Amino acid sequence: MSYIIKGHKHDWEIVIGLEIHAQVISNSKLFSGSATAFGSDPNTQVSLIDAAMPGMLPVINKHCIAQAVKTGLGLNAKINMYSVFERKNYFYADLPQGYQITQFLHPIVVEGLLTIDMEDGSTREIGIERLHMEQDAGKSIHDKDPRRTFIDLNRAGVCLMEIVSHPAMHSPEEAGAYVRKVRSIVRYLETCDGNMEEGSMRADVNVSVRPVGDTKLWTRTETKNVNSVRFMMQAIEFEAQRQVEVWEAGGEVKQQTRLFDPDSGETRSMRSKEEAHDYRYFPCPDLLPIELTQSYVDDIKATMPELPDAKKHRLMSDNGLSAYDADVLVAEREVADYFEIVAKGRDAKVAANWVISNLFGALKGAEKGILESPVSAENLGNLLDLLADDTISGRIAKDVFEIMFSTGQDPAAIVEEKGLKQITDTGAIEAAVDQAIAENPEQADEVRAGNGKAIGWFVGQVMQKTQGKANPQAVNKLLRDKLGG
Amino acid sequence: MPPVASRLILLFRKWSNKMTKPNELTIADARDALTKGDLSAVELTTSCIQAMDGAQDLNAFITETPELSLERAAQSDARIAKKESRGALEGIPIAVKDLYCTEGVLTTAASHILDGFVPPYESTVTENLRNAGSVMTGKTNLDEFAMGSANVTSHYGPVKNPWKLDDGKDRVPGGSSGGSAAAVAAHLSLGAIGTDTGGSIRQPASFCGIVGMKPTYGRCSRWGTVAFASSLDQAGPMTKTVRDAAIMLQGMAGHDVKDSTSVPMVVPDFEAAITGDVRGLKVGIPKEYVIDGALEEISEIWKKGAEMLRDAGAEIIDITLPHTKYALPAYYIIAPAEASSNLSRYDGVRYGLRVEGDSLDEMYANTRGEGFGDEVKRRILIGAYVLSAGYYDAYYVKAQQVRSRIAEDFNTAFQDVDVILTPTAPSTAFAIGEKMDDPIVMYMNDVFTVPASMAGLPCISVPGGLGDDGLPLGLHLISKPFDEQTLFRAADVLERQANFTAQPKGWEINR
Amino acid sequence: MSLDTDTVRRIANLARIKIEEEKMAPLADELNQIIGWIEQLSEVDTDGVAPMTSVTKIDMPSREDVISDGGCEDKVLANAPSGEPPYFAVPKVVE
Ligand SMILES: [Mg+2]
Ligand SMILES: [Zn+2]
Repeated sequence: MSYIIKGHKHDWEIVIGLEIHAQVISNSKLFSGSATAFGSDPNTQVSLIDAAMPGMLPVINKHCIAQAVKTGLGLNAKINMYSVFERKNYFYADLPQGYQITQFLHPIVVEGLLTIDMEDGSTREIGIERLHMEQDAGKSIHDKDPRRTFIDLNRAGVCLMEIVSHPAMHSPEEAGAYVRKVRSIVRYLETCDGNMEEGSMRADVNVSVRPVGDTKLWTRTETKNVNSVRFMMQAIEFEAQRQVEVWEAGGEVKQQTRLFDPDSGETRSMRSKEEAHDYRYFPCPDLLPIELTQSYVDDIKATMPELPDAKKHRLMSDNGLSAYDADVLVAEREVADYFEIVAKGRDAKVAANWVISNLFGALKGAEKGILESPVSAENLGNLLDLLADDTISGRIAKDVFEIMFSTGQDPAAIVEEKGLKQITDTGAIEAAVDQAIAENPEQADEVRAGNGKAIGWFVGQVMQKTQGKANPQAVNKLLRDKLGG
Repeated sequence: MPPVASRLILLFRKWSNKMTKPNELTIADARDALTKGDLSAVELTTSCIQAMDGAQDLNAFITETPELSLERAAQSDARIAKKESRGALEGIPIAVKDLYCTEGVLTTAASHILDGFVPPYESTVTENLRNAGSVMTGKTNLDEFAMGSANVTSHYGPVKNPWKLDDGKDRVPGGSSGGSAAAVAAHLSLGAIGTDTGGSIRQPASFCGIVGMKPTYGRCSRWGTVAFASSLDQAGPMTKTVRDAAIMLQGMAGHDVKDSTSVPMVVPDFEAAITGDVRGLKVGIPKEYVIDGALEEISEIWKKGAEMLRDAGAEIIDITLPHTKYALPAYYIIAPAEASSNLSRYDGVRYGLRVEGDSLDEMYANTRGEGFGDEVKRRILIGAYVLSAGYYDAYYVKAQQVRSRIAEDFNTAFQDVDVILTPTAPSTAFAIGEKMDDPIVMYMNDVFTVPASMAGLPCISVPGGLGDDGLPLGLHLISKPFDEQTLFRAADVLERQANFTAQPKGWEINR
Repeated sequence: MSLDTDTVRRIANLARIKIEEEKMAPLADELNQIIGWIEQLSEVDTDGVAPMTSVTKIDMPSREDVISDGGCEDKVLANAPSGEPPYFAVPKVVE
């Protein structure tokens, strides 16, 4: 598990802290009534408030507060009953007010704890320092004109949650698992859609390195706006390696903001962010403090869905699933919901096998997500019922599943239509067994002589004669009775 | 016969003899004349427009809107004819400080940086006034972004006080609502709206011999008003009488869901609160308002004010507001800090002036370097400095703690008294060009008005008399939060007792 | 604490205000005077005093999460001093 970079002078450890910006799911912006939808025409989702016209004032969207509280509860954090919006002052083309309204000294959420799930099934706990609410900036468009940058304010003022971890991760894999877990939780809670490609979840990655055994934090760099887990892991790897090289060559790592280039897999210093910042935070005088009550928080708590960790433990303890299977099934809320429908009132292990091996395999082959699955959870459950009550055999079930996947049909209809019902009539099976023995006297003698393996061959023969519809246990028993195997 | 009644009769006699022009009426009188049909809104507005034409030298307006006001006056007349009058302000010409955004009408904040800015929206206060039937006559001059106490920092040049002495020097009207004060004093409109951050309504009212009132913070919406210091800015009326101020505030105030600091309270009937009776009212006289180097005439008028209220049956009580002297320095941390942030939006990107540059940062610096005047730059720099890393606690947090202390002082005092009486300003109007070398000397103009602003309290300046130089001096009353009714009641009695009938002298000659 | 010209230069840069070099020294003097005067606040005992957050003693009002604004790009862009509708435009920014 430990991720060590071997240098010439030292073995180096990485220290990673993440700031995730998660866009809150809301109809309207944090402080104005304009829409938040992705991909609209430029500057069509902009109010006079978002454009910072003279005299415009913010009024908070109460749903955004509820979303932040819900997310805080989902991150096992403490909800502050008193929090304050402050202004972070800096000039930038896509920041119309000349300040971002954010939370600084008194954030709404502090002291969270997240359990991350590693590939090998082990878990680790990562501390979360805070979650605060803030306004998103607009978008700068650099590629439309050689001399000018264009500004679209559609995103300006959309509510973000900034989730700040402690510098508590030590490998790209841990950082990846952390982001995936945060994403999983906010998607369960429906507080953020977690869509990294559209930018509704973005990570700023703080990376430093230190010789193994050192306990203080060395100078870190911040790599901005990395928009996939894979890129983030690449950026960490590159940045850690770069820093080790700088230190080992006798240089000094500069505290700076860097940008990840997905084409080269490298990070580089951001020119526009090089100057030292002095954000001159102070409480926003246009707003009052957010004051919550415990009963408000309790009401939100009461609406929380079961979260992935709880679900995982339930699947393991109540349903006997392995940690690995449980992890796979709970990571995405949609998958978990699907699985729970399939497993309801049925053998959970069988259901898990079918979802993980058969369904996921088919979906992967078809490049489809769970929500686009041609096989509905209800139908997959029906299939398992047909299997359980011996209407069809396991082999037939696989065939039926394939047909279901390509046609979306109900399994009972397929079985009916194609006449795939298992033959349980002993007479019919006996006839097929007798025929097989009569047609293959040499093999029959082998079984009688004590070659148990040959019995399997006979089972295959019988199944062939019955187009796979004979009950395999019945065939086996008859063969043994007749051949004494 | 009480003085007010005799004044009214005199006024009406003049009016019927065609000696008093309609623009010289009070709002209350004009309302009655309009209701009776003795006067039309168009006549009234026309008379204001004529007065404005003759008063160009005062530079009281940045933008005059004669066509628009005549159009609105005609609409008022039509409503009055159909018995659909919207109330006390129907057809009343009102001048609007050019800090309020007005839809389709140039709005400058007296700054170069808002060159050409025509808001596609209307501020809540001006919208309220419009809905109450009033007629906007134009946008009045002010100190740039309301930063000043003399109306000398305007990009559009200084405003002259209509009060003149025979030394040939023009006097400042006070600031920052200097254009509004001058417009009312010179009868260019019946009333005006100003904004008050640390005294910007009350101090010019004192300098121009009119009534200026700042309501409780949260009583009027700030939406659509160019922000100077958000935690202090309040809209307020500037009028010829206390009654007019009550009538105007009625039309301006009200809860606004678009302003998170607007208070969800019913607006009481302010005019009805004016009863003429202050018997038993407890009036506090804070000893800390005696300041070193203040003119003798200031203490005189203050003493006289207390006597007048006592004569009317009020009880005068000595009180203490121990942190008074720290209000002004604390204000000069908090207001610039908020301003430095509020003014960041003037960056040449979305509206107003833009001075190009090779890079984004150069464009910003060029635009803001050229667009802001010296006083605005000074305050932005002070504001940025006191908020900057390493200084925030020592300056900003300290100032807000002092502010809490100041508010506590008032709280304590108001356990014993109903209103507090102080002078409005430490001097009469000074000549344009004076007090310009030392910013702190200029800042001292607001020494008596700032403490109440810091506590968000309602307060009013009423003409108290003339100073030794023959220029007006105001008296300042402060009341409890949202107790504007008591404030108006006391101010009205003070006004009757002071019986201030003087009119700008030199101005009449020049006219 | 006193403001030297370097501090004024730094603050002016933070505030994005161009100030002619020859004006730096007199400006520093002026600001120093103001700051010096402000520092009398240190005389006030503020131990344990909560800084004022707002003079308004109400709960912060909030809005329902409904789309009630926007869709007014004509108004938003109407005053733009330099632009390329439907965008605002600034000198090229290099990241
Ligand atoms: Mg951050
Ligand atoms: Zn952030």
